[in-house]
Amino acid sequence: MTLHQRRKLYFIILMIFSITIATGLILFALRQNINLFYTPTQLVSGEAPQGRMIRIGGLVEKNSVVRSKTDLTVIFRLTDLDKAVEVRYQGILPDLFREGQGIVVQGKLNNQHQFIAEQVLAKHDANYMPSEVKAALKDRYKKDGYGS
Amino acid sequence: MVPELGHFALILALVFSLLQASLLFYGVFKNQKLAEAYLLPLTYGQFCFVFLSYALLAYSFIVNDFSILYVAQNSSTQLPWIYRLTAVWGSHEGSLLLWVFILSIWTLGIAQFSKPLDKKTMAIVIAVLGIIATGFILFILMTSNPFLRLLPQVPLEGRDLNPLLQDLGFLIHPPMLYMGYVGFSVAFSFSIAALIVGRLDAQFIHWVRPWTLFAWCFLTLGIALGSWWAYRELGWGGWWFWDPVENASLLPWLVGTALIHALANAEKRDAFKSWTVLLAILAFSLSLLGTFLVRSGVLTSVHAFANDAKRGIYILLFLFVVIGSSLSLYAWRSSSLRKEVFFSPFSRESLLLANNVILVVIMSAVLLGTLYPLFIETLGLGKISVGSPYFNAIFIPLMVPLLFLMGLGPNCQWQQMSFSLLFKRLRMSLLLSLLIGISLTYGWMRSSDLLTCVGITLALWITLSTLQSVYRQTQRTQSFYGMVIAHIGVAVCILGITFSTTYQQERHVRLSPGDLVSIGQYSFQLEKIEKLVGSNYGGFSAKFLVKKNNHRIAEMDAQKRNYHIAGMMMTDAAIQAGFFRDLYVSLGEPLDKGAWSVRVYYKPFIRWIWLGALLMMLGGILAAWGIHSRRRV
Repeated sequence: MTLHQRRKLYFIILMIFSITIATGLILFALRQNINLFYTPTQLVSGEAPQGRMIRIGGLVEKNSVVRSKTDLTVIFRLTDLDKAVEVRYQGILPDLFREGQGIVVQGKLNNQHQFIAEQVLAKHDANYMPSEVKAALKDRYKKDGYGS
Repeated sequence: MVPELGHFALILALVFSLLQASLLFYGVFKNQKLAEAYLLPLTYGQFCFVFLSYALLAYSFIVNDFSILYVAQNSSTQLPWIYRLTAVWGSHEGSLLLWVFILSIWTLGIAQFSKPLDKKTMAIVIAVLGIIATGFILFILMTSNPFLRLLPQVPLEGRDLNPLLQDLGFLIHPPMLYMGYVGFSVAFSFSIAALIVGRLDAQFIHWVRPWTLFAWCFLTLGIALGSWWAYRELGWGGWWFWDPVENASLLPWLVGTALIHALANAEKRDAFKSWTVLLAILAFSLSLLGTFLVRSGVLTSVHAFANDAKRGIYILLFLFVVIGSSLSLYAWRSSSLRKEVFFSPFSRESLLLANNVILVVIMSAVLLGTLYPLFIETLGLGKISVGSPYFNAIFIPLMVPLLFLMGLGPNCQWQQMSFSLLFKRLRMSLLLSLLIGISLTYGWMRSSDLLTCVGITLALWITLSTLQSVYRQTQRTQSFYGMVIAHIGVAVCILGITFSTTYQQERHVRLSPGDLVSIGQYSFQLEKIEKLVGSNYGGFSAKFLVKKNNHRIAEMDAQKRNYHIAGMMMTDAAIQAGFFRDLYVSLGEPLDKGAWSVRVYYKPFIRWIWLGALLMMLGGILAAWGIHSRRRV
């Protein structure tokens, strides 16, 4: 084996080694940290898993926001205009959270069919609709035969 | 009249770019004299018309010409003039024009300051830059024209600049970032020229190194500014979110970092030349990808400025042409650059190579996580999101070996070195950093967090071993000191990240005027809440009295602003900055009976993150300047 070949061999071994490690890490990380997205309708019909981190998107139902008098707990209903699901969140809501606004919440479903949110995401543009919410609403329109 | 002139100037700029690309390429192969004669005039012509076009758009913003759709959407009469100027790049169309403008500045710079290079290479470089400019200007004219008129009904008032962008950090963040992105086009076009000519000698590399380093410095500063902006403006005190848009700027930075190290290798040792060329192509391709991902609305993110996917086809086509053709050229011609160079598996060359490999692997993993949701969605397999836990889980373990090697590199000889000698040299540094790191974490700070310990130890290790290399180095050139400063910058940055994530304290509370909340030795009292009146916003301002061990140290003023025109609520956090800690208060939302929800943070060493980035940039500038002024014999 010439020096040149040997060098190439080291390089290839190094490459394969680090790619293997990276692939392992990626597979591990992807398995743990991907959040699947569901619509309120899917949640109500029981398609979503309990106790796993998921995301749901929809509109904050009008007149559904109830705040605690003593701490920062908020309970509201998230709807895709078909079914709605109750969401419970403790913390500070983003600036653009308001009734009728499209938002995405990330958290887990508990066994009383209540969604415990760990994060509430509202996009930083009042006119912007999260694409997940748009898709959720579109699904419902399709089902009812309104437009596309 | 003005917008039409701007539009027309842009079309003329397109003509000049086309000529640059075609005439110079023709000249290179058929008529060398022609290429030499037209190189400078064409470059100047293109620059002048792009500048004119940009200046006219900026002028339209200054005089509030709301007959232009883009101005009407991104500005208003109430907007202070300085923000009107920055609103030019506040959205997709204008930021692309800024991109082209910066490209023409870089092109002019190269044409003007590269006398030592041979004419043929020069002509190819400028021609390649001309092709890129053509692609961008065509994109602007065809899909994203900022000069489109809103006639006949001209609105009396614009829709105002997104309030988030009305900030000092944003004033300079996009231009710096773009200086970096576009700067990599220099290394890219030089690589293409090298492939066509079939030669990449040391003089060539020596010449391109400072340009690449400058581009890298701008990109570093741009990313740091973006992070600082997010910290101050988004109101939840984070400095990095692994948001797709942030990743888009991190990807070229990672490869750019690999590239500046590979260039050092290539110049000093004539090694890995075809690898270096490949990195240059990669760095620029990722810059292109980044530019398009951010502003085209392909990715949804907290930034989500535009949401028009019509441009997608053009973008994909353009990326395909640029990346595809340069990679084909690489596959065809790169063998001409290969050369056998001797070095042992344990040498500075190998360490630099390991640096490159790890950085490229990290980049690939981040790229995968960023594009994965996009792929899944396109394939119709459902909607997913990949959040920060994924990125932390891959980024941190891959960074650790890289940072460890950073200590070895500067202390290792070129060509060959025995492992035992290197170990003997560095064992004190290694022992000291391990000892201090472990005792500091587990003893003094009583933490049981492994990552904290790893972070502190690595930061110490990099600092100590780098200082040791200064002591040992006999030829201390300016660029050597540049390396030292940049590497210590990395250590400072790691310390900042480690301390601010491990020891930050936060409380989310409900406060009425008069109430008190404390964190550690600090107490924050909400004194009163006042109405707020600004130039283009109204809102509330909450005054806090801050005490440390019952001594009053500061007053803080956290605001909640309502921007009239955009109808958007904005949190303006109050930050009491310090070298060793920041105090951070931001208002949540009004609750009943005059109470507010409030976030209070104590963030130790957070400034060190940006300080470290600044040091990296300074080191880069010093190195670039040193290489530039060192004559090659």
